[in-house]
Amino acid sequence: MMGYTIYDKLWSEHLIRPYDDGDSLIYIDRHFLHEVTSPQAFEGLKKKSLKPWRINANIATPDHNIPTIRDNEFNIDNIEDDISKLQVVELDKNCDDFGIKLFEINSSNQGIVHVIGPELGLTLPGMSVVCGDSHTSTHGAFGCLAMGIGTSEVEHVLATQSLKVRKLKNMRINFEGKIKDGVSSKDIVLYLIRKIGTAGGTGYAVEFAGSYIRDISMEARMTICNMSIEAGAKVGLVSVDATTIDYVKKHSSLPKNLLDRAIEKWMTLQTDKDAKFDKEINIDVSEINPQVTWGTSPEMVIDFNEKVPSSSFFDDEKRKSLDLAKSYMGLSDNQELSDLDFDRVFIGSCTNSRIEDLREAAEVLKGKKVSKSIQEAIVVPGSGMVKEQAEKEGIHKIFIEAGFEWRAPGCSMCLGMNPDQLSPYERCASTSNRNFEGRQGNLGRTHLMSPKMAALTAINGRIVKEI
Amino acid sequence: MKDLIEGIVAPIDRDNIDTDQIIPTEYLKSIKKFGYEDYLFDGWRYMDQGYLGVKKSDRKANNDFILNKTPYDKSKVLLARDNFGCGSSREHAVWALRDFGIEAVIASSFGDIFFNNCFKNSVLPIKLEKAEIEELFSLSKDHPIIISVNIREKAVVFEDKLSIKFNLDDNLAERIIFGLDEIDITLKDSKLIKEFEEHRKESNPWIFE
Repeated sequence: MMGYTIYDKLWSEHLIRPYDDGDSLIYIDRHFLHEVTSPQAFEGLKKKSLKPWRINANIATPDHNIPTIRDNEFNIDNIEDDISKLQVVELDKNCDDFGIKLFEINSSNQGIVHVIGPELGLTLPGMSVVCGDSHTSTHGAFGCLAMGIGTSEVEHVLATQSLKVRKLKNMRINFEGKIKDGVSSKDIVLYLIRKIGTAGGTGYAVEFAGSYIRDISMEARMTICNMSIEAGAKVGLVSVDATTIDYVKKHSSLPKNLLDRAIEKWMTLQTDKDAKFDKEINIDVSEINPQVTWGTSPEMVIDFNEKVPSSSFFDDEKRKSLDLAKSYMGLSDNQELSDLDFDRVFIGSCTNSRIEDLREAAEVLKGKKVSKSIQEAIVVPGSGMVKEQAEKEGIHKIFIEAGFEWRAPGCSMCLGMNPDQLSPYERCASTSNRNFEGRQGNLGRTHLMSPKMAALTAINGRIVKEI
Repeated sequence: MKDLIEGIVAPIDRDNIDTDQIIPTEYLKSIKKFGYEDYLFDGWRYMDQGYLGVKKSDRKANNDFILNKTPYDKSKVLLARDNFGCGSSREHAVWALRDFGIEAVIASSFGDIFFNNCFKNSVLPIKLEKAEIEELFSLSKDHPIIISVNIREKAVVFEDKLSIKFNLDDNLAERIIFGLDEIDITLKDSKLIKEFEEHRKESNPWIFE
């Protein structure tokens, strides 16, 4: 008998029933909610006079829309933009109406949903996890069946504790080898997207495996699973191992007898040796250099010291999209990235705002100053817990002394929704996940990179030529 | 009931059109499910920066953008290249297309989450081969064409010049044709869900802590 992949195992574990048409109904263990994609779902629930199926499955926190300049006494009334304020108030009200657990704006546990879930022990291996946010794939790092959903599906999950979906195909990416100094998990995932493209994983659940994955921390695995959606895969995951269990032990408040029983179960959430994948890709990580995006799609990636690709080598269709990207980004063929003047630096987002990310950036910034040519450099911890830990370690002081602003948790400049936005034509070194046109603000220019590269760019005012 | 979509095709010759382009994040501040038509492709459609609630008449339109040109401002079908709707899961992208009047999007591939969201809102994503997409681009690039999409027959037809069959699961076709409410359908299986849940509580009690 052929073995199963971890995705196959999670799938059968959650399968309520298949339908004749090829879709299936799966059970949802954990549902995270935030202020932006939930109000219409709650409204729909109210209109139908329905209540959430299992209230305790739902956890909510505001993250997308909130200002990051605030203290513990911050009052929602002080959100300057009335429309943003209404959305945050609406989340509070909906959670109150339905009795849903909410980490409100001043809670010490508030943060980006994908950061707080794991660190509060709310994301556990083997769970099916959904959220009205495409970066829900992050939770796959724990051997979860995790995916982003739309607002109609948010309503469906609230009402039925289930989701109607079609089984995805299986893909495995084997990352083998040891990385070079100065390279981090962000570089590895950017490199992957560069290789397979933004649609390379469409229709697949992608398992990340290989010696490199086994060697890295949960934080690093989360960064990789987080960006699997940028390779088109709404599900990205890692088999459970000792690293997973160690993390969960530290963060879970489960009683010991239950935890022990759970661990026994979780350790079975691994891909069998003889499992078959529909597609498999091998990548040698030892050759990978720090990666930086130059264009307006996360697949437009080059090594930090390479030149912007010349369009002339590509066919008509590809050339057109490269030319559009260059024009938007204010670049010319064969331009060196190190020639570009940067205006802003953003360290944060559900991709890179965990304690390890902050340590990585702080190490570079120690005793250094942000270049005078940088208008603003901000660091936004992913959660209250990350912020507290960083402050305990004194990391915040390194950032502040270097000239960074030390902000309060939220999605911040990852998306142009809250007050942290680029002005037109400003160029930003960003640790976030999307360099789409206007993503960080109307006509803003985003270059995605690792926390280390962003810190180096902050000091240098430009992308460094050598590391 | 809707089994035929007939209308002008608006070709947008780009690949990787992400949902941030379809509707920028600014407009996701709305708590409503309708009223997004004026913000569709906001970054390409206007020369100035908008905000939620701004009137279209107060904006500076980009007259070169196809959806601002007559008769494309009445388009019902959008034509694009690879990976349409990639990126963010925002259903607002589909709401904006729907509110503008777009009933079908033709592309060579779609982002997974966007594709799912379409069927919740009676917008039909049609996946065609690259060569077929190319043909549609060449037919529509110089002057507006009206095509019809027969959802039951699963065919895109342009006069007597073109008839392309596309793949679409019957259940998905029915969702567009009848606009079925999925929650009502799923709740018919309430007993099954309840039983599954009870079983899961026994085998994985830590999830319910």
